Amino acid sequence: MLTRKAKSRVSLLLVLLVTFGMVIFFIFKSLEDNLVYFFSPTEIHNKMDISYKEKIRVGGLVKENSINKDGTSINFIITDLKNEIIVLYSGSIPNLFSEGKGVVAEGKLKDKKLLIADKIIAKHDENYMPPEVKKALENNQ
Amino acid sequence: MLKKFFPNKILNIKNKNFNILIILTLAVVFVGTVYGLFISPPDRIQGDSVRIMYVHVPASFLSLGFFGILGAISVLNLIFKIKILPYIGKSIAPIGFVFTLLSILTGSLWGKPTWGVWWAWDARLTSMLVLLIFYLTYILIWKFLENFNAANTITCFIAIVGSFNIPVIKYSVEWWNTLHQTSSITLTSAPTIHYSMLIPLIIMILGLFLYSLAVFLMRYKTELIKLKLNKKNKKIN
Repeated sequence: MLTRKAKSRVSLLLVLLVTFGMVIFFIFKSLEDNLVYFFSPTEIHNKMDISYKEKIRVGGLVKENSINKDGTSINFIITDLKNEIIVLYSGSIPNLFSEGKGVVAEGKLKDKKLLIADKIIAKHDENYMPPEVKKALENNQ
Repeated sequence: MLKKFFPNKILNIKNKNFNILIILTLAVVFVGTVYGLFISPPDRIQGDSVRIMYVHVPASFLSLGFFGILGAISVLNLIFKIKILPYIGKSIAPIGFVFTLLSILTGSLWGKPTWGVWWAWDARLTSMLVLLIFYLTYILIWKFLENFNAANTITCFIAIVGSFNIPVIKYSVEWWNTLHQTSSITLTSAPTIHYSMLIPLIIMILGLFLYSLAVFLMRYKTELIKLKLNKKNKKIN
């Protein structure tokens, strides 16, 4: 079915694709740490080479009943249900920021349990539902 | 299947059939828009900004799909040297580019009220920007490189190399921590979008696909007519 010329083109292309695929794979592997947008509290807990001078992003859920507001400053706890990190922040917060919801905080770590944030970003999950359905679900619980 | 795209088949499409396609496109997009803006409910957290999704998701979906097609026909093109394939690729690319741009812009409009930022350098958003650059390079090489054979080979390689980015975009939200949420519609489990929002989403995907088909046929037909005229001119000279 294939002519000889076409066959040689197929093998050349295959070799190129496999080589290129491997190069890409190794580049991504080596960049792993830079490819993540944020670290979870557990990843911070297990991380050996933490810089306390450079900015870092920590993401997870805002722990229930952990938000304390005092004027414009606010502190809360980010949890991934295994480990927790306390976040201190002052400034404006996104509308979707609330307890039990996803959040990403950017700032400098004081130690493995405390982050001084200068930016708070709300994270939305993949669930989409109208308010009535949400209420009905809660009533069933 | 490729036979359907042979020049005489495309050039013989009757204007009447073409108008039917355009009317169908307008009708589906109209129904999807009305459903998305007025009939479907607001989201429990996002409120009305969830409606941006009805353009954002179809645009993203189609832009990935079209680049996949571009990659596939480029492989076929390099191996079998089928004459019509470059013209098909050339006609698809601008559509994919516009949808990628639309996906990024609508995403940005949604991100500001939801996340609190217009843009974040997370893996999903960045890989989508890379896709935009691949589309742009592909288009620009066709536009500015005058040697047809050189342009054909280079664009094929760009499309094939760029295709590696497609699974990266798709799975970026699962492989790495990203700000962007994971997919709501997957092949393996039930969608996490309520059906009242899923219906307008599917209608819009269909609508924008029909739109792409119409634009593709127009562009492809124009390419073929240009080709014919060039051949005629050469004969006269």
